[in-house]
Amino acid sequence: MSRDRTPDSHDFPTRRYDLVKEFVIALVVVTVLSLGLAAIFSSPDEKAITMSGWAKADPDNLVTTAASELAGTTTSATYGAPYNSAAEGQKLGPIPLQKLGGVRVPVDSADLVLGPLSNVSGDPKLSAALAHWKAATPEQQTRWATAYTDAIGTAAADGEPAAGAGGEVGKVAASGGYGPVPALSTALLGLAKAGGLEGALTSSGNFYGGDQTRSLLLLSDGAYLEDQAVAQNLGGDQWGMMNEVGNAPGQPWMWLYTFWYQVKPFSTSDNADAEVWGLMMLLTLLLMFVPFIPGLRSIPRWIPIHRLVWRSYDRTAQRR
Amino acid sequence: MTTRASELSPDATGPSELSPDPTGDPDSWTNRLRGWFEGLVPAGQALPDRQPVYVASWIYVFGVLTLTALVVVIASGVVLSLGGATWWHVSSVGHYVNSVHLWSVELFFGFMVIHLWGNFWMAAWRGRRAMTWITGIVLFLISIGTSFTGFLSQSNFSAQWIAAEGKDGINSIGAGAFFNVLNPAQMLLWHVVLLPLSVGLLTLLHIILVRRHGVVPPLDARLEN
Repeated sequence: MSRDRTPDSHDFPTRRYDLVKEFVIALVVVTVLSLGLAAIFSSPDEKAITMSGWAKADPDNLVTTAASELAGTTTSATYGAPYNSAAEGQKLGPIPLQKLGGVRVPVDSADLVLGPLSNVSGDPKLSAALAHWKAATPEQQTRWATAYTDAIGTAAADGEPAAGAGGEVGKVAASGGYGPVPALSTALLGLAKAGGLEGALTSSGNFYGGDQTRSLLLLSDGAYLEDQAVAQNLGGDQWGMMNEVGNAPGQPWMWLYTFWYQVKPFSTSDNADAEVWGLMMLLTLLLMFVPFIPGLRSIPRWIPIHRLVWRSYDRTAQRR
Repeated sequence: MTTRASELSPDATGPSELSPDPTGDPDSWTNRLRGWFEGLVPAGQALPDRQPVYVASWIYVFGVLTLTALVVVIASGVVLSLGGATWWHVSSVGHYVNSVHLWSVELFFGFMVIHLWGNFWMAAWRGRRAMTWITGIVLFLISIGTSFTGFLSQSNFSAQWIAAEGKDGINSIGAGAFFNVLNPAQMLLWHVVLLPLSVGLLTLLHIILVRRHGVVPPLDARLEN
């Protein structure tokens, strides 16, 4: 490391500078700016999606999601840490970072359906369906749920033809070895429509809610939340991480983090999140330790933008 | 512990009994702590009324603009906290205060980024100022975390979507096991206690370091004497 020849700032001639006056004027300016911008542009506040709203707007999707939770094929069911051990999770090179965190927020995806339904009383048909489900082996349960989700299928999209009943629950053949899964899924739809699903998922036996992990996982396992977000240009491939609803500014300081998700190899990688994190950590460390990195620390000398800052001082110094 | 009567007596006015020890007892923890405080910044430099002649550019204003924006962010956040986490959804006053909070945060980051890059192009880490630079970068990072938890604490559609998307990034490095973005109660506490406390303390340290070393001289500046 070359010797730092920077002189002591306290040895330079001085000029009057009123720090307190500067602070007070800046505070007034920033306060007025904040009050004015808030008055003119306000802030977005689009109401949270409710399970009832989801059930009414896209009942087929909620039923399909419920059946998929029972089949163990949803995103949360196959996620890995910190919710379960169903997958290795993302890696950074050979390091299984996601797995190393451990399963510290355990979530049984089938329980996102069965848990709330178990609390419903006075519905003999539902009680019979639950008893039928619990009496079956795990293999049988998976066969029923998978048969039902396959029968529902998906609508044609992105050049792919429709599958099964095209995603329309009402068109599914009445019998097809689904066991109690249609009854359970439809019961969850009814509970959601009635507005009781959030509370059943959030409270988890505690009077005080607060932890929305289970309800948010169920919501994001369905397509409705993402459909709403993509319609507002908030999708992951739409630079959504740094944007807000409408035209409001979100987190523009996340532009670089968001940028990497738009380009290869990250845009097509199964480990994109871990890789983008790793890259951003590396770049951050470089920025943080730039004072000690030869070459990087000399960039301001090579590209003399500093002359704009100190031009009046430089002129005076030249005259001397 | 007993106290001698002479120490509390109204007659005990002699300098040897009530004045601080003029020699400064080196074993006194109080004296040591005071000496440490007093040594943080050179005498007269904590709040000087003069600056080196080269401190004459608009770029220098962005540090204090960042600081004042932080004051507005905290003040509007404190007002929001009076009504609770969901007050701003049901009150026009609350919504306006939330808007002030949002826009002051946007200004805060705008000023901070200009301040950061201004200092980069001035190579402001020179002259044993590396720690000032590093605390600034760490402040930038913690501020991003603070704003992120704020967006997660909005209890609206944005919060739902940011949580659903953000969990994958946090979980991918194993941090989701300890920092659960799907738990708004945890995020709100991080947003209003842990992270602002960190930003406040680091800002204090950053400012002390700036006052300790003074404003970095121009590149290639030479003293005449």
